[in-house]
Amino acid sequence: MKPAIRGIAVNTFRESARNKMFYLLVFFGILFALSSKLVSFLTLGDAMKVLKDTGLAAINFFCVLIAIFTGINLVYKEIEKKTVFNILSKPLSRDEFIAGKFLGLALTMLTALGAMAVIFFAFVAVSGGGFDLGILLYFFMLYLELLVIVAISLLFSSFTTPILSFIFTVSLYLIGQVMWTFNEFKDYLAIPLWRVFTQGLYYLLPNLHKFNIKNEVVMGTAIDPWSVLFSVLYALAYVLALLALTVLIFRRREFQ
Amino acid sequence: MKALEIKGLKKSFRSNFLIKKFNILKGIDLDVEKGEIYGFLGPNGAGKTTTIKCIMGLLSPDSGEVRVDGLPAHAAAARQRIGFLPENPYFYDYLTAREFLLFSASLFNIPEKEMRDKVAALIHRVGLSGHEDLKLRKFSKGMIQRLGLAQALVNDPDLLILDEPFSGLDPVGRKDLRLLILALREQGKTVFFSSHILQDMELMADRVGIILAGTIRRQGKLSELIARSTQYVEVVCDRIAPKELARIHPDHALRDNQSVLTLAGDADVNLVVESIIHSGGRILAVNPVKMTLEDIFFSEMAGGANGVPTSQSNGTGAPPNPSTLGGKP
Repeated sequence: MKPAIRGIAVNTFRESARNKMFYLLVFFGILFALSSKLVSFLTLGDAMKVLKDTGLAAINFFCVLIAIFTGINLVYKEIEKKTVFNILSKPLSRDEFIAGKFLGLALTMLTALGAMAVIFFAFVAVSGGGFDLGILLYFFMLYLELLVIVAISLLFSSFTTPILSFIFTVSLYLIGQVMWTFNEFKDYLAIPLWRVFTQGLYYLLPNLHKFNIKNEVVMGTAIDPWSVLFSVLYALAYVLALLALTVLIFRRREFQ
Repeated sequence: MKALEIKGLKKSFRSNFLIKKFNILKGIDLDVEKGEIYGFLGPNGAGKTTTIKCIMGLLSPDSGEVRVDGLPAHAAAARQRIGFLPENPYFYDYLTAREFLLFSASLFNIPEKEMRDKVAALIHRVGLSGHEDLKLRKFSKGMIQRLGLAQALVNDPDLLILDEPFSGLDPVGRKDLRLLILALREQGKTVFFSSHILQDMELMADRVGIILAGTIRRQGKLSELIARSTQYVEVVCDRIAPKELARIHPDHALRDNQSVLTLAGDADVNLVVESIIHSGGRILAVNPVKMTLEDIFFSEMAGGANGVPTSQSNGTGAPPNPSTLGGKP
């Protein structure tokens, strides 16, 4: 990797890692994941399943929060505080700048998720659950989802304010969770144009539901390896497409 | 080959939902020789920063050409030779000075190992020794400016582009920075700096370009600009009767028991001097009074090109009166 891209990635990671908000969210993520034990006491049924279900949901929620907050701020702050003047006047392209930013965010998310995952694994083991390979797979899929979210927030932060970026990213995230319904919904539409439109949205907008294998992991049902492989390819393609769009917008951006 | 060459640079901005177009740069032509300090002078809003941003690729010009060492300014090879200090720089406040300089070095694809010693030397050079591990959020404005210069030197550039480098500095900081820039010229570096402060130009610049409303109004060696602009000549003499003086030249006055004749810049001074001596007078001094850069600048601002000082330069609103002009002998 070129030292310039690595430099920007490391600096991006450093910025997140030296932000108190980052630690606060990681802390709450761990706290809520561990409090799943409490929920399991209060619920009827298999306590381990409840523990995994609520714990993984808490980690998911806080990781998504970290991805959105760090993603929407990083490029915008560079522009707002004019630190970008200093970077883009150096012999590196705007494409390399975006690539470095994304890699730094990916590293940030890996650290946040890694910290929560290690503690959750230990917690499950101590609670008598042993090592569950399914949970590891769940975290891997969650990481893919986080990469897509980070790429979405990076795209918006390259041309709009953090508030609008937040609204757009959260909207896409929520739509992405129910995207699968679009595919089924289209069959009920009578007008062909609407069907084409709905089908178009289905392929265009992120289908984040693909990455959610929590139910399978908690219930212990089999996970289709082809479905996992498809999700990996889907995440890669989607992230690359979003980064390409971000680069196209950022190349044309003027810094007054 | 010129260190920096700008030809026909034009830039406009649109506002009001793309309706109104503002022409900020209306065809900038300038060139900077290697090894000189070039002062880019203009009032606020004249287009100095816009020009610099076009050089650095932060803005895309509508038309025109910018070359560094003969290379297009946007080329990576050209950028590799430039050190840039933006106006009112803000750097990452969560980094230390050392971390920031190492980061800056990485952007030039310089390996970190190679940079460690260089960074220590740079920190020392800009007078930040002892502060290398302090977070930038604790730096004063002057320290940030010094660090900004250090990051501009991190790649050992041939050309330094400094946008308002003296802005916000106290007198000590200004002097230090001035000495540092002069030392860089001694090393053969080319420095292009913008300022609206005339004193900076007079103290440092070899050549000056005056930009007003998006056009270069004057460009040249500071010494030539000033030399070309002899406003008038004062001949100081004594031991001569006022009547005799009036015969030689009508514009004369008495100052501290000495007679002062004020001649037009292009008057035959020799003839006047000879006449005074012939009439028994004694010549005490012949002072060509030249325009200061300030006079030239205000003259350009007033739209004149002939070097006639304006009310802004003599501060009276009256027609130019040699006795009130702050000319340089």
